[in-house]
Amino acid sequence: MSDIVEGLTAAFWLVISLDPELLEISLRSLQVTLTSLVIASAIALPFGTFLAIRRFRYRRLTISVLNALMGLPPVVVGLIVYILLSRSGPFGVLGLLFTPTAMVIAQVIIITPLIASITHQAMRELWAEYHDLLISLNTSQWQRIKTLIWDGRRNLLTASLAGFGRGIGEVGAIMIVGGNIDNATRVLTTAIALETGKGDFALALALGFVLIALAISVNIAIHSLSRTEREGRW
Amino acid sequence: MIARVLGIMATFLMASVATADSIKLAVTTSFENSGLSSVLLPAIQEDLGLEVQLLVVGTGQALRLGEAGDVDAILVHSRAAEEQFVAEGSGTHRREIMYNDFVFIGPDDDPAGIASAESAVDALQRIETTKPAFVSRGDDSGTHKKEVGLWQEARLEPESFEAWYRKVGAGMGASLNTAAGLEAYILADRASWLNFGNKAGLGLLFAGDPVLFNQYAFLPVSPEKHPHVRNDLAVQLEEWLVSDRSAELINSYQIEGETLFTFNADPE
Repeated sequence: MSDIVEGLTAAFWLVISLDPELLEISLRSLQVTLTSLVIASAIALPFGTFLAIRRFRYRRLTISVLNALMGLPPVVVGLIVYILLSRSGPFGVLGLLFTPTAMVIAQVIIITPLIASITHQAMRELWAEYHDLLISLNTSQWQRIKTLIWDGRRNLLTASLAGFGRGIGEVGAIMIVGGNIDNATRVLTTAIALETGKGDFALALALGFVLIALAISVNIAIHSLSRTEREGRW
Repeated sequence: MIARVLGIMATFLMASVATADSIKLAVTTSFENSGLSSVLLPAIQEDLGLEVQLLVVGTGQALRLGEAGDVDAILVHSRAAEEQFVAEGSGTHRREIMYNDFVFIGPDDDPAGIASAESAVDALQRIETTKPAFVSRGDDSGTHKKEVGLWQEARLEPESFEAWYRKVGAGMGASLNTAAGLEAYILADRASWLNFGNKAGLGLLFAGDPVLFNQYAFLPVSPEKHPHVRNDLAVQLEEWLVSDRSAELINSYQIEGETLFTFNADPE
């Protein structure tokens, strides 16, 4: 128990003193995860919606695979990205291994299926509602996707935030492809793993609390920016 | 709303930093966990204007990173593996820098009685007789290789041990955490042990046998095999590591009044 109290106290002082190192790794955590989130959402939202409205031959299989990929083990993703980006791998010439870009690539792979799958679930319901209207208006495929995405934006926000949650707390993949290099690729989760390794549980916990606080603030910020929880709107 | 969110995100995207000269160096966990890196790295930055990016991994993985050309140089401690690394053409040469020593850690009440052992081999034989919990790194790191080598010298075969011998497959710190939880014996390097924060119930029981000395060596990755590596920077770094300034910093580095590393590079 005393470890938890010490952790909370340490977290409090780290935040109050605006510890420059803490600030740096927190910003890097946000930078990596938000960048991955933007890229993953740009792929997953239209793709999930497309799966909901279009009937094609291997649709069921695609959906099953997508749902299964939600559970992709980050360590395996990390290892595969690592092998691909390694100097002796096929994309080695790009020199991306152990950079934030490599971490973004790994995270995009991890969170895209999650966002796409939740999007698909939400859009299926909405499509059932909009089906007749959109068909009778003789809309094009792309117009339908756009309409559904816009009208289902609150559900999609949930999908994206789920992706954010998975990304910001992820450690297995970014540890492998980022290498946890001080001042270059160290983020909150890998720093927590490092401090736990050193047996410094108070600092590790403090960083953990900062991570949780960060995740909550981002969620609140996005909700208030997009005005989803205002009176009379739901 | 979308414009605002995108605006915020664009700020993050552009926040990537460009750095001056930097070298990627794969090092063993003990080098970083001991805290020595936080003394040497700022000095290197100051003297050479060179940023050393550390990849803290086990010796096995460090050698793999070097083989693949993903780092510019490595600093590890496992002589046989290092010599093979050079022989295969992955590294240009091997330069000894410093040494520290391994110590046996175990529960304070010492059920196997290794505190009174005559040698490291004797200590292991006593552990094998009493069969208390023993945590092995099991991750192909320098420390793990050392431990396996010691068992072999004691004419014992770890692969045939029963459940009391636990291979955790983790770094030094994580393994020490496991040992603390299980009240187990473990072989650790002195530096990691002294810097370890969660000593709960564990103590240093045996040290000092010369076979426990642990030589660190610096190996630049071969620019012939991997033309993109910054061999020029690796050479600069090596010159600095064998310099008098480095010697002074390494020899004077202490934790709790104990000297951890002894500089023994041959300054040709």
